[in-house]
Amino acid sequence: MKGLSYSIYSFFVAFTFSAFLLACNNSDDVPPTGTGEVTLEFDNVAGTKNLVLGSGTYQNAAGESFTVDILNYFVSNIKLLRADGTHYTVPQDSSYFLIREAERESQFVKLKNIPAGEYVGVEFVVGVDSLRSVSDISKRTGVLDPADASHEGNSMYWSWNSGYIFLKMEGTSPQAQTDAAGNRKFRYHIGGFGGYSAPTFNNIRTVRLQFGSDKAQVSPGSSPEIHLLADILKIFNGPTQISLATNPTVMVSPYSTTIANNYLNMFSYDHMHVHND
Amino acid sequence: MISDTMNLLRLSLYGILLCVGLIQLSCRSEQESPEPEPITKPTPYTWTKPRQFPEPVYDFQANPLTAEGVELGKFLFYDGILSRNGLIGCGTCHQQSSAFTHHGHDLSHGVDDRLGKRNAQAVQNMAWSAVFFWDGGVHNLDFVPFNAIENEVEMDEKVGNVLDKLRKSPDYPKRFRSAFSSEEITTERMMKALSQFMLTMVSATSRYDYYTMGDASALNAQERQGLALFKQHCSSCHSGELFTDHSFRNNGLRPLPGNDLGRFDVTQVEADRYKFKVPSLRNVGLSSPYMHDGRYYTLEEVLDHYTDSVYSSATLDPILKNDTGKSGLTLSPTDKQAIIAFLKSLTDEQFIRDRRLADPGIGNAF
Repeated sequence: MKGLSYSIYSFFVAFTFSAFLLACNNSDDVPPTGTGEVTLEFDNVAGTKNLVLGSGTYQNAAGESFTVDILNYFVSNIKLLRADGTHYTVPQDSSYFLIREAERESQFVKLKNIPAGEYVGVEFVVGVDSLRSVSDISKRTGVLDPADASHEGNSMYWSWNSGYIFLKMEGTSPQAQTDAAGNRKFRYHIGGFGGYSAPTFNNIRTVRLQFGSDKAQVSPGSSPEIHLLADILKIFNGPTQISLATNPTVMVSPYSTTIANNYLNMFSYDHMHVHND
Repeated sequence: MISDTMNLLRLSLYGILLCVGLIQLSCRSEQESPEPEPITKPTPYTWTKPRQFPEPVYDFQANPLTAEGVELGKFLFYDGILSRNGLIGCGTCHQQSSAFTHHGHDLSHGVDDRLGKRNAQAVQNMAWSAVFFWDGGVHNLDFVPFNAIENEVEMDEKVGNVLDKLRKSPDYPKRFRSAFSSEEITTERMMKALSQFMLTMVSATSRYDYYTMGDASALNAQERQGLALFKQHCSSCHSGELFTDHSFRNNGLRPLPGNDLGRFDVTQVEADRYKFKVPSLRNVGLSSPYMHDGRYYTLEEVLDHYTDSVYSSATLDPILKNDTGKSGLTLSPTDKQAIIAFLKSLTDEQFIRDRRLADPGIGNAF
């Protein structure tokens, strides 16, 4: 009898819980007393130096010097990790961000309505997942709007080969061969969600970072700001060393996967601040 | 024991009812948020599938057609406002009199007379297409216009700039309001309006269609002979009522110096080298020149290609390979004339004269 009543009780609890989930199909709709904000700062650096567009000169592992004019990348599908192995998934529609080195504000990813608790790590996709890459045009708003993404002459969308550019880095290097216009430029436009009707290269990469001994305490009065570093030197140096002389232009080609495998490792956790209200 | 269980069940049921009540209460505030009253309601547009055609692949539910939406789409389709210099509209290279292709142009010229690398394809029966362009780089009609607008040898414009120009125009805010009940001009609305118009470009009233629907006199003896030959030799790729199986194939065109790799550019898969989309043959009598690069100006040249000049390479379609060592099809001159006569029966005079699809007087066709 005990077993039976317990199972009925469990059914009842499960039913009620799922009914609530179904009824209010809105993940932001959690009690206001139990949430806080988390900010992820994406601080782009080159080794030990801060990244400065245009004027900063850096050297990659192949010994080639270069400057950077554009650095943009998508961060999406963010999860906050708990010590017990569970996680909180930021609601899909609120989980697409375009980090642009040229726009400081874009480097602070503000996550709202995060359930109060203690978080020990973060997981995110560099790029845009395949489902969203093929979704209806009504889902392509904000940073995913192909029109806005292209508006500043700085497109993050391939209109001829439908899909987003996950990471774009352009700059100059004396080691890069001169292009048709006579410039020594390098251009890395890395995208590719795996193909729509036929499989092709897939550069969707998931980054998982632990905060070490630090804990992000989230509550209505406590909003941690988590400072992450993105070291662009690692784009050139990871599983494969990339040379600007050999590969000044990488866009829609299988070699793009080499670069994605490198930049997967360019992110690290540095420190966090806690803002108490 | 049994009554205990029944009591528990009953208790659970009350609980569930109570919860449903609570859920309704908890959600009431959302239901009460007032929707702004639409200024005018657009008129639903009845889109009818030709009965001999399969079900369309376009998701009409996500973009219900309205008379005002189709009309807005028509203005956008023909208006040079889509291009950097204000001169090139979709209708510039997709002209109704040649089944929305660029008659007489092997390659089309866009802004500043820059030449493209491929022949403009017919804009017709888009509702049945799951892949677009010769290389299939776009897989949803709503995303097709980005390609032509942003290609630097076509319209060389940014969609974001087009939206700004539309917002500042004296005319378009009103048209968007009629089509979407508010003046807001967004990427989604612009693309959906263009799709709405393109979805109305249905060609299904050729003499061949009347023949298949029971009018035996719609085709003459030679055309009927051509149809039989076509089914025997051509319909494995140009299949069904759309006259395409929507696949990508290498049909044995010798690569030109530009070495266009076709589908490979999109997939980077070796097996896709030199493959291009099998085009529909509807209105093929109007859409000269032919092939992805417009290298052939007549249907005679096209059939001569299939019998005499199929170029063998690693990805040549197996259908065009044969044991004799000579690739291609075997057709007599009489067979070819019959097939061409049949292909011309796919010309849809009503489609190219349909005033609803015509330039409303804003386009540039040159």
